[in-house]
Amino acid sequence: MKIDTDFNAKNLMPEAEPPVEDGATKYDVELVAVSKSYDGGAKAVDTISLRIPKASYCCLLGPSGCGKTTTLRMLAGHESVTDGDVLIHNRNVTDGAPSARGTSMMFQSYALFPHLSALDNAAFSLKIKGVKKAERHAKAMEFLKLVQMDHLAHRMPAQLSGGQQQRVALARSLITRPKVLLLDEPLSALDPFLRVLMRTELKRIQTELGITFVHVTHSQEEALALSDLVVVMSDGQIMQAGSARDVFEKPSNAFVAKFIGGHNVIDVEGRKVSVRADKCRIVQSVGGTNIPAEVTNIEYQGPMVRILVKDSDGKEYHAQISDSRFFADPPVIGEKVTFSWMPEDEWRLAA
Amino acid sequence: MGTKRTTSFYVLSFVFAAFLIFLYGPMFCVYLLSFQGPEGGMSFPMRGFSTVWFETLFTAGGRGVGDIHNSFIRSLRLGAIVALLTMLIGLAVGMSFRRRYPGGNFVFYSAIVSMIVPGIFVGFGISLTLNMLGMRPQWWYSGIGAQLTWSLPFAMLIMFIILGRMDKSYEEAATDLGANSFQRFQYVILPLILPGVIGMFMAGFTSSYEEAARAGLNIGTGNTMPMELTGLLGAATTPVMFAVGTLTTLFMFTMVIVTLLASWSLAKRRQLRLTAHHA
Repeated sequence: MKIDTDFNAKNLMPEAEPPVEDGATKYDVELVAVSKSYDGGAKAVDTISLRIPKASYCCLLGPSGCGKTTTLRMLAGHESVTDGDVLIHNRNVTDGAPSARGTSMMFQSYALFPHLSALDNAAFSLKIKGVKKAERHAKAMEFLKLVQMDHLAHRMPAQLSGGQQQRVALARSLITRPKVLLLDEPLSALDPFLRVLMRTELKRIQTELGITFVHVTHSQEEALALSDLVVVMSDGQIMQAGSARDVFEKPSNAFVAKFIGGHNVIDVEGRKVSVRADKCRIVQSVGGTNIPAEVTNIEYQGPMVRILVKDSDGKEYHAQISDSRFFADPPVIGEKVTFSWMPEDEWRLAA
Repeated sequence: MGTKRTTSFYVLSFVFAAFLIFLYGPMFCVYLLSFQGPEGGMSFPMRGFSTVWFETLFTAGGRGVGDIHNSFIRSLRLGAIVALLTMLIGLAVGMSFRRRYPGGNFVFYSAIVSMIVPGIFVGFGISLTLNMLGMRPQWWYSGIGAQLTWSLPFAMLIMFIILGRMDKSYEEAATDLGANSFQRFQYVILPLILPGVIGMFMAGFTSSYEEAARAGLNIGTGNTMPMELTGLLGAATTPVMFAVGTLTTLFMFTMVIVTLLASWSLAKRRQLRLTAHHA
């Protein structure tokens, strides 16, 4: 997965823009109180504001129907904005045509034109601009090289695997020299092995090009692995926006703690706290809070083992402990144990 | 293999066989009788085997042939124009339904209704209206118009199926890559629906070529093939009409094969262009 040393990906991208006096170009993308409603009905996206810093990898994370794809499509210009403003590189593009915004979108189904070869797909935007054939093919070849698809340039989309199609779609988008690349669930159609591989690849390309990627996903694992900025959404609103570490360690509310995974959301003295499952203990008390419970399930995950327990009220908790600790004294399903955590591991959630 | 066949297999096979016999049996009789010997009549038995009826057909002023040559030309001319209009209008209607618009449902259902109403009354209605307006029917407006009421709904349905199957994100991707609506149509949509567009042309041609109920009263002077044949068959005494049946079938098959070959060579040329790049 290395590219030629004499091949500098940054050369493929637009010239750096001169800085604007007020310094507002710290952000590649700004959403200002953006809403979307269909036919005056319920809001699919409800007054969200978001700033995405320069050259960052941003993931919009949330369950189906949370408004993340609608937000992305409003950024792309494929969905009209009901209310609010969309700024890209400090320019208001709210009502601009998709191709005039400096964005490019990679579709979930890739949407490669089935009647055109990989090369002609990649060269499509240049053909639209009226670039001569030899020139546009040469340029398309450069971008296919960036995504390591130059050797299959003359294949039709139907002759390519899912991962290969995705690479071609990526080249086709990047050739427009976008300031911001928008990716709609780009990894969801791939098998798990390829998904991890392409994830690394996307991050590599983003780093090399030095542009902003906005990536929609429902996988918290994907979002944590890729993001400089994770935006957790639910019901058309932003629940939390922050670095992957912030979102994982300091979830702002119960929804985020539950959705991001690996947390117990517990009522302690009338307030909600989250406790990371890997900080919880089974069997030996760590001091702190102890709850008598019964083991209901054990999931072996390699380096970690996840243990689910249920207390006398039927409330469920889970703990993640290292395999060495687990196998030193493995509990069995049905065993009465003590579930415990330290008060300093409690993270207070918003009501 | 080796699995036991169920009763339903035999029942359905029987139904299918009956269908084939009903469809092709009479046609084969026609084809066979068109090679009837010079002494033979319009039914079996065959009295020898000859091409004399084809010769009669192609002799100027042949007995029992009527104005068949000119009516064939008229049908061809009418069919080609109806096919072209069906294709163009069908394409436009289909494209208009890519976006929802007020009154869209009305357009759709009123077109479907035109498939249901009896053709003879559509034809009569058009003719009556022209009469009231004091206009004389002519093939190039009332004839074509009457046939379009029949061919357009089919074209519309073909377009709905073809465009309905097309992923909407192709268009969005083209827009995203800078294409305007015309370029989007030219470079993305049209190449993808080309087989359907050719299909509309063919459907337009075949529905015009054999249509008489609507066109009959509105064609003006000069019969088309189905009208001329209906007239000639009523008074026929020789198998010359069977020769017409054989030839017109041959003509339709040729049309279909030429269309298939054309689309096939289109695909082939595309493939060749790609292989040429490889070298």
